Amino acid sequence: MLSRIVKLPTNRRVLPGTANVSGQTKNSTVDQQQITNFNELKTNWWIEDGIMKPLHSLNKIRVPFVRDGLINTGLVHKQFVNTPQPLKNLQLLEVGCGGGILTEPLARLGCTITGIDAASDLINLAKEHKKQDPRLTCIHYNFDTVENHALTHAGKYDGVVASEVIEHVNDKDVFLKSCVACLKPKGSIFLTTLNQTMLTWIFGIIVSENVLRIVPKGAHEWDKLMQPHRLQKLLEDNGCRTRVIHGMFYNFLTNNWSWISDTSVSYAIHAIKN
Amino acid sequence: MAKNSILLLRNYMQYALNLHTKTYCTKTPPHYDIIIVGGGMVGTTLACTLGKNSKLSDHRILLLESGTPHNWIKTEKYSNRVSALNLNTYNLMNKIGAWKHIAEIRCSSVKNMQIWDAISDVMISFNHEEVSNVAAHIVENDLLIYAVGKELCCLKNVEVKNQVKIKEFVLPQQPSQNVFVHLNEGETFTCNLLLGCDGAQSQVRNAMGVNYISWKYDQMGVVATLKLSEANENVTAWQRFLPTGPIAILPLKNNLSSLVWATTPDHARALIELKEVDFVDKINDALWKPLDNSSIIQESTKAFNKLLEFFELPTSNEKQLPPKVIGVDPGSTAAFPLGFGHATNYVKQGVALVGDAAHRVHPLAGQGVNLGFGDVSTLNKILGEAVYSGRSLGQITDLQEYETLRQRHNFPTMVAIDGLHKLYNTEFPPIVLLRSLGLQFTHALNPLKKAIINQAAR
Ligand SMILES: Cc1cc2nc3c(=O)[nH]c(=O)nc-3n(C[C@H](O)[C@H](O)[C@H](O)COP(=O)(O)OP(=O)(O)OC[C@H]3O[C@@H](n4cnc5c(N)ncnc54)[C@H](O)[C@@H]3O)c2cc1C
Repeated sequence: MLSRIVKLPTNRRVLPGTANVSGQTKNSTVDQQQITNFNELKTNWWIEDGIMKPLHSLNKIRVPFVRDGLINTGLVHKQFVNTPQPLKNLQLLEVGCGGGILTEPLARLGCTITGIDAASDLINLAKEHKKQDPRLTCIHYNFDTVENHALTHAGKYDGVVASEVIEHVNDKDVFLKSCVACLKPKGSIFLTTLNQTMLTWIFGIIVSENVLRIVPKGAHEWDKLMQPHRLQKLLEDNGCRTRVIHGMFYNFLTNNWSWISDTSVSYAIHAIKN
Repeated sequence: MAKNSILLLRNYMQYALNLHTKTYCTKTPPHYDIIIVGGGMVGTTLACTLGKNSKLSDHRILLLESGTPHNWIKTEKYSNRVSALNLNTYNLMNKIGAWKHIAEIRCSSVKNMQIWDAISDVMISFNHEEVSNVAAHIVENDLLIYAVGKELCCLKNVEVKNQVKIKEFVLPQQPSQNVFVHLNEGETFTCNLLLGCDGAQSQVRNAMGVNYISWKYDQMGVVATLKLSEANENVTAWQRFLPTGPIAILPLKNNLSSLVWATTPDHARALIELKEVDFVDKINDALWKPLDNSSIIQESTKAFNKLLEFFELPTSNEKQLPPKVIGVDPGSTAAFPLGFGHATNYVKQGVALVGDAAHRVHPLAGQGVNLGFGDVSTLNKILGEAVYSGRSLGQITDLQEYETLRQRHNFPTMVAIDGLHKLYNTEFPPIVLLRSLGLQFTHALNPLKKAIINQAAR
């Protein structure tokens, strides 16, 4: 989600129960400025028509995207299709889960899901929020980076989801490599992101961050965005075959997202590990 | 001896049962995912439809009804409360498995409809070439509830409680809160989503405090089961617009039809007091007797017919004659007040209105309960999708989608029915003329008729 894969600040380096995260300067994806931004957001995180409104409404298309993607690749047993828990028996990892806006609905679909984020306040917020729904027993939140998580969880997950994350990441190659490392063979990776064209610059950054103020200022940075073919190439380099790629369109007035063929503003990719 | 021990055993079981329910009540209130209030045609169907939705299969549903359990036993006699079910309702009944029980017992099909104006004698008719095959099915209301109930009682995830009196509803102020339902007897239930199917006087709607636009028509609906003279195929629904209101007869079987006659309250009261022979005369007059029609209207409609002929559009001269009524089933005559009502909001956080609780229309178009069943289909789809996308039940965004979709359909239909009622409730010549031309025009234009039928079928 919005908050990111970032190098943990030195004073937070040692995580409970994890090995020492060391020597990350080179392949880290840190961005200190962004962490501060997201911590400020936390009071508004779960208000559906608050500042996170577009991310709440994005669930309407991204949850079915992940669900149907997993069903279509045959990871879901037929008997679970069209039941309240289609993702039963699956293990998912959400990278950059933030306050849990996407983690919670995915968990309700029956999977066991681990949500990691590098902003500790958001992880705490997510932990706090999941208590509101007694059905959410199968979520595990960790204050962690994906690089670090991959060290101890290689080949563990049926699916890895990183939604609106990669545009905040400094070293995209390291990031993807770690995500893919966490996957089982034939596992699925789902990414959604804004990309680098002029349209994004106008709608994604200028309009949404300044004019409409729907995404906090400074949360997206121009040079971190990425065109779909470059991301596809990067996935291929990391041993993943792209299965589908869809453009996403956000209607500011109705707060509705829809799928479009044009991938020049925002897009979603589903790829499978070879 | 054996008898005694059986008695003892029974007493003991009763005691154990009581003990169980008592301890149950003092703990945290039993929780359901969905509570439906009102087990009329709409509430019962909603419980069954949601209960059978595979995407909601792990959800517990409770249906609360103030009346006694529904015990329908087939008799020769037809009930005087029947509904004309449109194609969508028929499809819904098939989907939930209730139609086979109805078809096994009894129902009739309407293949033709003839609607005409008493003053100008202009008419519109629909027949089954235009209406694919069957325009509507006439089913007794009680039989429909029985048929749906037969499917409902096999569902493990749905519980039904009868003879409940609800003291109050406490509705959530925040998305994470539950709805509390307090009964008069002191019992309390909680749920994530409360669905009000408790009819036009809805208690749920009152608790929501939404705006409700309503008025009474200065009319009552007289219903009765009628015996007809001819025993030939009875597949036409007849409706004649009288200055006092429309009279309709709907086929039940070959020599039986059901009457719905909307008229002034005084007239209605007088009608139901009449002896059978006199009541039969009044009905035949209402269906057959020519009324004085002003010459201007006749001349203009004639001219209009000429115009249609010129353009080779069909004119409406081949009017069929309605059947003759020869008797009334004893005890089948009754009168109901008629009204219009529409809630400006159908939903709030954790609660939604369905059926007559949200909207009430004049029965002249036979749409009332069909609108309610349309609500059921839409709500079922939206709630199923919501859960299948990992959202918790009763979220305001999902409920608002239900509201928008249904109001977009219900409101224009209701306004059209109300408009039709107002249009036909007058003898003032220009309006009579307009409506005659309107009828002639729709009769002539097949595509338009199809559009009307399609709107009525949704
Ligand atoms: C004369 C007449 C003819 C009609 N003809 C047609 C027709 O041909 N076609 C058509 O489509 N429609 C017709 N209608 C309309 C149709 O009858 C209604 O639309 C339909 O009955 C509405 O169903 P419902 O389940 O929403 O409400 P209701 O039938 O009013 O059912 C409400 C139920 O809720 C229960 N209840 C109420 N309050 C509470 C409470 N507080 N707690 C628990 N339970 C409660 C009641 O006991 C009842 O069982 C006609 C209506 C009239 C008056």
